[in-house]
Amino acid sequence: MIGVRARAALLSAFIFLLSMVVWHMAVHGGGAGGPALDPEYAKLMGVQMAGAKSAMPGPLDVGAKLVEHLRHPFYNNGPNDKGLGLQLLYSIGRVALGYTLALAAALPLGFLIGMSELAYKALDPFIQILKPVSPLAWMPLALYTIKDSGLSAIFVIFICSVWPMLINTAFGVASVRKEWLNVARTLEVGPWRRAITVILPAAAPTILTGMRISVGIAWLVIVAAEMLVGGTGIGYFVWNEWNNLSISNVIVAILMIGLIGMILDQMLARCQRAVTFPE
Amino acid sequence: MADERFISVEGIARRYAVGDHVTTIFEDLWLALPKGAFTCVIGHSGCGKTTVLNILAGLESPSEGAVIVDGHEISGPSLDRAVIFQGHALLPWKTVLGNVAYAVASRWKTASRTEIRDRAQRYIDLVGLRGSEHKRPAELSGGMKQRVGIARALSIEPKILLMDEPFSALDALTRGALQDEARRLCAEAGQTVFMITHDVDEAIYLADRIVLMTNGPGALVAEIVENPLPRDRARDALHHAAAYYPLRNHLIDFLVTRGGAFRDNLPAGYDRRRPPVTTQWPGAPIAPTPMAMATNFATR
Ligand SMILES: Nc1ncnc2c1ncn2[C@@H]1O[C@H](COP(=O)(O)OP(=O)(O)OP(=O)(O)O)[C@@H](O)[C@H]1O
Ligand SMILES: [Mg+2]
Repeated sequence: MIGVRARAALLSAFIFLLSMVVWHMAVHGGGAGGPALDPEYAKLMGVQMAGAKSAMPGPLDVGAKLVEHLRHPFYNNGPNDKGLGLQLLYSIGRVALGYTLALAAALPLGFLIGMSELAYKALDPFIQILKPVSPLAWMPLALYTIKDSGLSAIFVIFICSVWPMLINTAFGVASVRKEWLNVARTLEVGPWRRAITVILPAAAPTILTGMRISVGIAWLVIVAAEMLVGGTGIGYFVWNEWNNLSISNVIVAILMIGLIGMILDQMLARCQRAVTFPE
Repeated sequence: MADERFISVEGIARRYAVGDHVTTIFEDLWLALPKGAFTCVIGHSGCGKTTVLNILAGLESPSEGAVIVDGHEISGPSLDRAVIFQGHALLPWKTVLGNVAYAVASRWKTASRTEIRDRAQRYIDLVGLRGSEHKRPAELSGGMKQRVGIARALSIEPKILLMDEPFSALDALTRGALQDEARRLCAEAGQTVFMITHDVDEAIYLADRIVLMTNGPGALVAEIVENPLPRDRARDALHHAAAYYPLRNHLIDFLVTRGGAFRDNLPAGYDRRRPPVTTQWPGAPIAPTPMAMATNFATR
């Protein structure tokens, strides 16, 4: 009897292989469009298939492209021909910058809102209204005021990642167990020391939940933002390859975006585990 | 003398406004606790014991009245008054050593790391937790957590120890062992203790005086019972003492019958400012006079 982990891994491998086979057959027409199809539908499809056949790559084409990209991830042959790794680095850099700025703003502000009812009540309407705005809606405003497309993308990342971190920090700070605050009070711990030694560690798991949500959103938004501002980055790459009708490159980019997104999330999940202590 | 009123609760009230309706948990409550005495409070659930303790700790402020400790009115929490919380209230991200050292470092702000560590370790040893100092609270049993709470409270060498049902969540064996330890530690240090309990036997074993509170709302201190058992009483010999059962009956009788009706037929001469100190009840031993007891407390 093998463990559930091993069985899950086997099942995953099976699903992967099966989807590859289905994909391969669907693209190369072997068997998939057989006599089982409704003749009218087949006629319709047949017309379309003839046109699409050359554009839609199969798993082998995509695999070959992936290997090619992995061989030379960082080449730079001018504005419209940069390595996939280089484009990803541009995107990661923008996310890192916008996200760090958002964290630097959200932590102190979240502490303030979490600790003071007045600040909470005063700032709540702004947060409620600004939070549901799609970050891309800020783009024209950013382009107009900042006048730099790269900085505008960073601003959009900032604005989309600030809310979850702000709200979670405020919530985490406000819901620190009263007993723990009372311990600090009976020990006559001053406000700064209390914030650092009691409130911060108690709120850390909640703050990290916010950071995880934010990094996920930031990574979603950067692709769209770079499609708009152009120039560099994985979003621009996807858009550019779509214009070149190189679907293989688009699929490889999708894989890479997913992979990096997962790594970012896992890194923060690990941090979260490191600061979470059962009672 | 000052030591007789080391802690002096002077006419405190606590009211809660729920909507436009005001509930008075207690009002015009007076109580004096002598220095070096172990005082237990018993009373029914919800009568306001925790509220009184929190006011003594400075964690809550009374709606009216004041608490004077050692000649000064208190205005908030202080390192002179350590609290052992009912839910142990350890910081889960700190180790046992870290929790105790946090208190020590708060008390002696300029002490060196080694001094803080040594002192924390000393109190961890004192409560018998040597070997567990690097564990986090989640890895400890209920009794061990409560021990850490005791070590943390004692490590700052408070003038007063305030305990809110510290042992009530423990199994009987652990509770007994911790009561023994608390008794020994407090006796050695001549600690002034104010402790809430629901357990009559715990009160008899630990306390020098037992404060009886009536049911709320509008709770009163009905009387203060002087414990007639010898100071060096031993747990296993407790129920052999001639004074034990009469005292126990007196306390239980209060909880079951007298406490409920107390407010409606106050005894003649009852004075809120000076709740009667009783030494006499059916079967009570011939007690020393209250004056003699007072001298006892003062010289300890
Ligand atoms: N925030 C609050 N609002 C309204 N009433 C409250 C509030 N906090 C406490 N009370 C009331 O105050 C009374 C006294 O509470 P307290 O916790 O002091 O009781 P207690 O004697 O310690 O009870 P127990 O033995 O169950 O711990 C209770 O009746 C409770 O309902
Ligand atoms: Mg209580």
